[in-house]
Amino acid sequence: MTDILNAFSHITSLLVIPGLAYASQLAFGALGVTLIFGVLRFSNFAHAEGMSLATMFCILITVWLQGASVSIAPLPTALIAMFLAIPLVALVFIGTDRALYKHFRAINAKPEVFMIVSAGIMLISNGVIRVVIGPEGQSFADGERFILTAREFREWTGLTEALVLKTSQLLSIVLALIAGGLLFWFLNRTQMGRSMRAYSDNRNLALLSGVDPNKIVWVTWILVAVLSVMGGVLFGLDKGYRPFVFQQMLLPMFAAAVVGGLGSPVGAVVGSMVVAFSELLLTFAWKKFLAYLLPTGLAPESLMQILATEYKFAISFLILVIVLLIKPTGLFGRATK
Amino acid sequence: MNIRPGVLYAAMAVLLLLVGFIQSWQLALTIINLCLISSIMSLGVNLQWGVAGMFNVGTMGSAAVGGLAVVLISASPVPEAWDAGGMGVLFSGCMLVLTIALALWVSKLMDGHRMKLWLIVMILLVGLTLTRMVFLPARAAIESVDAASTGYLGGLGLPVALSWLAGGLFAALVAWPVGRLVSGLRSDYLAVATFGISEIILAVLRNEEWVARGVKNVTRLPRPVPFEAELQAVEWAQNLAVWSGLPIREMASILVKLAYAGWFLGVLLIIYCLLQRLQRAPWGRMMRAIRDDEEAARAMGKDVGRRHLQAFVIGSAIVGIGGAMLVTLDSQFTVTGYQPLRFTFLIWLMVIIGGSGNHRGAIFGSFLIWFLWVQAETFGHSLAWAVGVLLTPENAISVALQEGAAQLRYVVMGSILVLVMRFAPRGLIPEEQKEFTLDKR
Repeated sequence: MTDILNAFSHITSLLVIPGLAYASQLAFGALGVTLIFGVLRFSNFAHAEGMSLATMFCILITVWLQGASVSIAPLPTALIAMFLAIPLVALVFIGTDRALYKHFRAINAKPEVFMIVSAGIMLISNGVIRVVIGPEGQSFADGERFILTAREFREWTGLTEALVLKTSQLLSIVLALIAGGLLFWFLNRTQMGRSMRAYSDNRNLALLSGVDPNKIVWVTWILVAVLSVMGGVLFGLDKGYRPFVFQQMLLPMFAAAVVGGLGSPVGAVVGSMVVAFSELLLTFAWKKFLAYLLPTGLAPESLMQILATEYKFAISFLILVIVLLIKPTGLFGRATK
Repeated sequence: MNIRPGVLYAAMAVLLLLVGFIQSWQLALTIINLCLISSIMSLGVNLQWGVAGMFNVGTMGSAAVGGLAVVLISASPVPEAWDAGGMGVLFSGCMLVLTIALALWVSKLMDGHRMKLWLIVMILLVGLTLTRMVFLPARAAIESVDAASTGYLGGLGLPVALSWLAGGLFAALVAWPVGRLVSGLRSDYLAVATFGISEIILAVLRNEEWVARGVKNVTRLPRPVPFEAELQAVEWAQNLAVWSGLPIREMASILVKLAYAGWFLGVLLIIYCLLQRLQRAPWGRMMRAIRDDEEAARAMGKDVGRRHLQAFVIGSAIVGIGGAMLVTLDSQFTVTGYQPLRFTFLIWLMVIIGGSGNHRGAIFGSFLIWFLWVQAETFGHSLAWAVGVLLTPENAISVALQEGAAQLRYVVMGSILVLVMRFAPRGLIPEEQKEFTLDKR
């Protein structure tokens, strides 16, 4: 019995909780990608850099708040900073849109043009981030690091395998649930959300029904700013902030959005779960888990890892290719012309 | 007659000469060599994007595969590693090919059958498990052979110039199945897919140390030109140094760089001439027709998918040749050096600023962008200095600028890309638009 509990605690601590936390962080990014694709009709290569930029604002504000000894301990100060950063990031995003994307929308440019421009913005933000905050890692997490530490858990239960729960993990999951709920409420229940979906479904029809395209675009960028700030900060709290880390998130984010069907918010959330858990399940070392469950003689000697951890990013891409080959519209996407 | 290209090229030459006179000739030649290599890569991208209209953002992958070819062709073989695990790796390779072939055969044979998917999954699962059982011990054996200096299979020890051709061939061999998979996709998906494939190629190269030592890098690859130290001992080089008044060491270094430049220029000219021929041939006309109106071309009976695949493979091969030449120039294969910013987006920027669809433009773009890429740091330092004078050197902004001077190049490159797209979307040397009008007579 203890063995089974130990095995259970082991995979909960190292697979289920990190998986859910990672999926939540990924979902923020994938929702952003999918919203931009749905409303503005292009794949935003600058999205990861945008999240990095948002996190950078947040870190700067956090440092300032810490200097002014503002604290909401045991929660990290970055949570307050988040609310202050959102308007700033929204301004940056809307500013870029006014300066660039608006023109290309007006001349009805091909999606490739938008992608190239977004790559340019990616380069600019990349440079700006490196100049402002430097290429090194930043640690901005404060407050209580753990909700459940290994020692506490062992003392309570007497199990050898500890179930650890970090504050950042719980925050990621809870905030993702709240933000996701609010987003779906907004998209399905409010007038603005409905217009947005109409605009994304059929642009001309929506315009004929009197939807104001400028307003839609603005609201989209504000939503994307909120998602970027939250996703970036939670990812940074959990894994530590390094400017280039977000670039590695780009592929999993795209994969999640494509798996779910580009343009579909529900799909982005499901896609994030698929990508996050595939990455973890395939690179997880099953040795200990099996050792607890199997009879003593049968315990495996190797790590029982299906793929080396270094191939994590390859997995998200493999999923992407399989989906593109079997069902290019994704799980929840509608067939487009 | 359009004089714009001539003026732009002349201006570029003046800029490079200025670098030679003001900074140093070595720097000028270093810039020129990389400009030439970048030109080749951007010709490849230009064929894919400018001529065929395919949005391939996996350039980095082709360049890396081309670079790998240099290692596999020209590095000296490691017989101990071959003895240790060569057979195992070859055998597991055959098993992998057999598994995939079997899966494909079954997929064709059982088309429409409802058990098809399950059967294929079973075949792949069993085949891959068996392959792993052969492969893993072989890999471990190879990687443990003198791990500090080799730990890989080595190359074939053939002349390095041959590896440039091989670079193109390798890149084409990788691009063909990739192209089969992605060439029918819509541009968004094509972009994401090619971007992902290039990342995977790099992940494999980083982690499979038995191929090319992974992140431990392969150094001291053979080169097609003599070493500086050898040249210093040669009489005519010494005479030349005396005549020019330069120290012999500098002269030798300049001569080596010139020799490289000669090689690169030769390859660039060959590729350029072939591409120009292709451009004027019916094939080029057909490609432009497909790019400009895919539906119309399809209606005229053109096989759009096949043509896209062709352009994709040839373009990747050209990028691969460039990648191989770059590795030869550095005489080392550094996996961590392959970053999408440098090898994908920068090359794209070269094509776009030069004028997509126009090979002369792509070459000019490469020269201009590489020049700016190198000089942006100098510019960043001057900017930091200027801000330091205006404010104070201790001011937070000028300190950040000083430290970030090297990073400013990203800002400069991104701004150029965005500005070109906004104000001159056809580039500095726009593609000539031939208008075919009906004869009025």
